[in-house]
Amino acid sequence: MQIKPSINRLGEKAILLQWDFNIAPENLNWLLSIKQILQKHVIESKVQIINTYNSLLMTYNCSIENIYNDFNALKSYDFTGISYEDFKGKLYKLPVCYDVEFGLDLDELARRNSLTASEIIHLHTQPVYTLYFMGFLPGFLYLGGMKERLKISRKKEPRTSVLKGAVGIAENQTGIYPNSSPAGWQIIGNCPVELFNAHTENPCPFKAGDQIQFYSVSKQEYDKIKQQIKAGKYILKPESHA
Amino acid sequence: MPKVEVKKAGLYTTIQDLGRLNVAQYGVPQSGVMDSFSAKKANLLLNNEADAAVLELTMAGPILKFQSKTQIAVCGAIFDMYLDEKPITNAKAFQVNSGSVLRFGGLKKGFRSYLAVQGGFKTAVVLESRSHYPKITSASRLVNGDELEIDSLENTVIASARVNFEDQELFSNTIPVFKGPEFELLPQKLQQELFIENFTLTPAGNRMAILFKELLKNNIKGIITGPVIPGTVQLTPNGNLIALMRDCQVTGGYPRILQISEMGICKLAQKKPGEQVLFQLSEFY
Repeated sequence: MQIKPSINRLGEKAILLQWDFNIAPENLNWLLSIKQILQKHVIESKVQIINTYNSLLMTYNCSIENIYNDFNALKSYDFTGISYEDFKGKLYKLPVCYDVEFGLDLDELARRNSLTASEIIHLHTQPVYTLYFMGFLPGFLYLGGMKERLKISRKKEPRTSVLKGAVGIAENQTGIYPNSSPAGWQIIGNCPVELFNAHTENPCPFKAGDQIQFYSVSKQEYDKIKQQIKAGKYILKPESHA
Repeated sequence: MPKVEVKKAGLYTTIQDLGRLNVAQYGVPQSGVMDSFSAKKANLLLNNEADAAVLELTMAGPILKFQSKTQIAVCGAIFDMYLDEKPITNAKAFQVNSGSVLRFGGLKKGFRSYLAVQGGFKTAVVLESRSHYPKITSASRLVNGDELEIDSLENTVIASARVNFEDQELFSNTIPVFKGPEFELLPQKLQQELFIENFTLTPAGNRMAILFKELLKNNIKGIITGPVIPGTVQLTPNGNLIALMRDCQVTGGYPRILQISEMGICKLAQKKPGEQVLFQLSEFY
C-alpha cells in the first residue's frame, strides 16, 4: 500500500491529499486514522477535512499564510507510523421494507438477474456495508460491499421523483435517497429512518467509516416505525459489539 | 423585527451569505454568494460583517418595499436602480426610509448583483448559514409576497464610504485558474488549447455549475469519485467543460483539470450565457 500521498493545493483555500489505492474498508480506516491525527497534531488552523475513497480534502476558512505553513508541514510529515486500526467506526442496523409497494423495480431486478424476491432481500440484507462518505445529495451514503449478484444498470429513463427513504441499486452500489428526489437508480424498498435532518445539530446519524446493515421489515412494522419517528420516539443506536 | 416586503421577486433572487463551511462531510453543498468579491464590498460599505446575509439578484432584479428606516448598498452587476423612483448608483450606501420602494430596472453590465442591508437579512439560519438551498432551507429562492426580517435601527448614520470599484477587473474576460489534480493527464495539445481558446457560456448555467459550448475531445479516463469544490473544472468523456459553482456537490467522478481562483469564480459569476472567457494559468506562491 502506498503510504505517502501526493499533496497538492486545490485553489487558494484547500489542500488535497491523494493516495493511489483501491476502494477497500482497510484503506478507508487508514484515511480516517490519518484524518484524526492531522486534526489533533499537525494542523494548527480551523479546517474542514473530508474523505472520499482515496483522498482527504482539507478546506480552510482562514488566511492563506496558515495554509502555506500547513502545506509545508504536510509535505514533510512522516505517514509511516499510522495504523488503520487507529480508527473504529460504529455498526448501525437499518430497517428496510421490501414490499412491492416500495420495491418498484424488484420485478425487473428479479427478471434480469434471475433471482426471486426473497433471494434479493437475502442478498441485500446479508452484507455489512461500509459507509465511505456522503455526497451527491445531503445525507446520501456511499456504501461499499454490495453483492455482485445484485449488480444492475441504472434505469434507462430516470424517474422524476422517488419517495424519501427509497432504497436503490445502481451498478455495484446501493444507497438510500434521504429525501424525495429525481432518481435513476433501481428502487427495491424503502427505509423509514430519517437519514438527514438539517435542523438538528448532527444532521446525519452516521459518519464516514461507520458500518450499515439492513434488515427486512413488513409493511406493518414499517408503518409502526414511521409513527414512532413522527412522535419523536424512535432512537437509532449503534450496535454494542461493533 | 421590521421587514422588507418582496413586491416582485425578480428572475432568480436568493438569500446568500458566505455559505456552509463545515458540513461537506454530510454531503451538504457549500452554497453562498456566487461573487464573494462584490457581496463583501456591499457589506463593507455598510460596516456589516463580511458574512452578513445579502440578496443575490440574477439578470432581473426585484421590487422591494422597506418597512423601516435602514441603509442599503448594491454591488456587482450594474442595473438601473430606483429608490422611490429616483435613480441611485452601484457601490454606494443609501439611506432608505420607512415605506421606501427599491426597484431594479435594466441590466447594464455583469449578471449578478448583491443587495446588502444594514446588519444583514435575518432569515433563518440552517447549519450555520442563511444561504438558500433546496431541502436545507425551507425556501430555495424568493417569491412574490415574501417578507424578510431586518434589524431595526433607531439612529441610522449614513456611512459615507464609497468603494472605488475595480469594475474593469471584475468584468474582464480572463479567468485566473490553477492546474487541477488531473491536469497532467491531458495530452500536451489539450493543455495548450485550454489557455488559447475562448470558452462560451451555455444557457444551462446555474448556481451549481456553468457549462461551456466548446468541446475538448479527449479519451482520458474517469477517476474514482473524489472531492470537488466550487471552482473545480471537470472534463467529461464527451469533451464538455463543467465549471462547478457554489451550490455544487461535494464529490465528483470526472477528471478535475483546472481549479478556478476565488476571484476567477467571482468573475465567471458575472458572465451571461453567450459571453466568452479565457482561462489564464496562475501559479501558487
